[in-house]
Amino acid sequence: MSAPGSLTASDNAASSDAARFDAVVVGAGPAGSAAALVLARRGHRVCLLERGPYPGSKNMYGGVVYPRILDELLPGWWEEAPVQRWVTRRATMMLTADQALTVDFRSEAWGQPPYNGATALRPDFDAWLAAKAVDAGALLVTSTTATGLLRDGPGGTVGGVTTDRPGGDLRARVVVACDGVNSFLAKEAGLYGKPDPANYTLGAKEVLALPAATIEDRFALGPGQGADFEIIGCTGDIAGGGFLYTNRDSLAVGVVLHLPALAAAGVRPEQLIAGLKAHPAVAPLVAGGELVEYSAHLIPEGGYDMMPTLTGPGMLVAGDAAAMCLAAGIWLEGVNFAIGSGMAAGESAAEALERGDVSEGGLSGYERRLRDGFVLQDHRRLRHAPHLLLSDRVQRRYPQLACDIVEDLFTVTNPEPKPGIGRLVRRRVASSGVRLRHLAADSWRALRTFG
Amino acid sequence: MIPASAPVPVSFEDRMATVDFRVAADAHITVDGDACRGCSTRACVTACPANLFVPMADGGILFNYEQCFECGTCYLVCDTAGAITWRYPEGGHGVAFRRS
Ligand SMILES: Cc1cc2nc3c(=O)[nH]c(=O)nc-3n(C[C@H](O)[C@H](O)[C@H](O)COP(=O)(O)OP(=O)(O)OC[C@H]3O[C@@H](n4cnc5c(N)ncnc54)[C@H](O)[C@@H]3O)c2cc1C
Ligand code: SF4
Ligand code: SF4
Repeated sequence: MSAPGSLTASDNAASSDAARFDAVVVGAGPAGSAAALVLARRGHRVCLLERGPYPGSKNMYGGVVYPRILDELLPGWWEEAPVQRWVTRRATMMLTADQALTVDFRSEAWGQPPYNGATALRPDFDAWLAAKAVDAGALLVTSTTATGLLRDGPGGTVGGVTTDRPGGDLRARVVVACDGVNSFLAKEAGLYGKPDPANYTLGAKEVLALPAATIEDRFALGPGQGADFEIIGCTGDIAGGGFLYTNRDSLAVGVVLHLPALAAAGVRPEQLIAGLKAHPAVAPLVAGGELVEYSAHLIPEGGYDMMPTLTGPGMLVAGDAAAMCLAAGIWLEGVNFAIGSGMAAGESAAEALERGDVSEGGLSGYERRLRDGFVLQDHRRLRHAPHLLLSDRVQRRYPQLACDIVEDLFTVTNPEPKPGIGRLVRRRVASSGVRLRHLAADSWRALRTFG
Repeated sequence: MIPASAPVPVSFEDRMATVDFRVAADAHITVDGDACRGCSTRACVTACPANLFVPMADGGILFNYEQCFECGTCYLVCDTAGAITWRYPEGGHGVAFRRS
């Protein structure tokens, strides 16, 4: 078999039932590697299965990880994590065709340990985290796709996975599905209802090469510091948003698009990226950048309300596979939620294995852990955010209104005296077509959601 | 108006040439062109980020799996049962991101 890495070991293991694994973790993304690391540290025999040729090869994102969740798991992670830049500047931009209103925040503290966020490339970051699981004793098997679940009888306890290797069934007492946003394993297990495109957004991005010094000049950054721009109002008729992040010697620029609107719009993703790059507020930042990689990936945008059942007999679901990416406007955090849920899955699976009860009840510690921690607390609190943020008013009317009000505020109309701010705002609201009761209702909803 | 500083536009072919694909012998996605003939949305055509769905004069769809991101957009936006058969490519094949 033309097999990379450790395949022989797994083939042997698969062929003899005595050598079955305690756990098979499917997917060496951040969720899977965190789960495998925790299980291996507790002394369990873990197989970490990845369909790509190397961890991270199938994984694309915007570009910022928030790794504080690693403080406990990998103390001193910042000494060795493959970081591109430490984010010390975060901005939110509202764009109209020819205006831009930016809230721009900088903190020098974010450039010092313990840091806050960092840009990183997924092939680097995911490989690094997977290597930690391997160091702890997990067996990483790449280039192998899990094709289904093994069950003890129809609808019975999950007892491993089938793979696309000849004779490649992997038996295990528990399966942790960390197989990402499309999670065919969670669907096969019946943990999801019928997928609804309204719960998903498509991200498409370009990586543009630029010299490090040019990036630091343009974004007003010190050496090694990075910037993170979230952008709304740049996706035309399609609900969504844009982003611009700085790597060491490249920029990541892209759009995130609500699937039903994308399907109906007749505009292609790369055209929207081109529009964003041509906007007068963005063009000077990206000018001259040479396209070195184009990529696309789905985001489970629906949050709390789209989550599947999290456990089945012999099985747990974590990370994007369980829709645990937090996509709530100013926050796009998936990697930390994947690691957090992967750790909880690993701990709960280890506990269940040690007690010898991997039934649904035996695995119920998982959901409890998530509810006690940030993963489900943040998701519960922000459960209405996706709906609010994808609404037409938030997407288009409010950015236009905000830009117009600020333009009025700063336009000097001499010899006319300055209008009172209250009157100016009322006038703009009246002409914007936004109804005051909608504005009031949305503000109230925003307060309840984010407050 | 395109500002003077705008980057030089790249052709779609050059765009896709920046991506590493390890093409599998078997197609992981197949599209039943006949099923597509009755489709009024053609949602896949503009939504597929890799632009792999090509509408034909006869109302069918021409599809090639080789430069697919394996994102899942097409099967989610298509509402004609049976038009798209979708699975992941054989392990080790398909898209391999390097800088994302
Ligand atoms: C455009 C975009 C921008 C984003 N921006 C950010 C950001 O800036 N910050 C942030 O924190 N998050 C961001 N996210 C979200 C983040 O990428 C995800 O939430 C995160 O990657 C989830 O991790 P995971 O381990 O659950 O899944 P994934 O990273 O998707 O990993 C799943 C793994 O499972 C493997 N796999 C799948 N099926 C099988 C199978 N059958 N057999 C074997 N292996 C399999 C895959 O190859 C993959 O390696 C963004 C996402 C997108 C798409
Ligand atoms: S694949 Fe689906 S959406 Fe695309 S043309 Fe065929 S039926 Fe329509
Ligand atoms: S999975 Fe994504 S890239 Fe592949 S054909 Fe479908 S929409 Fe296009």
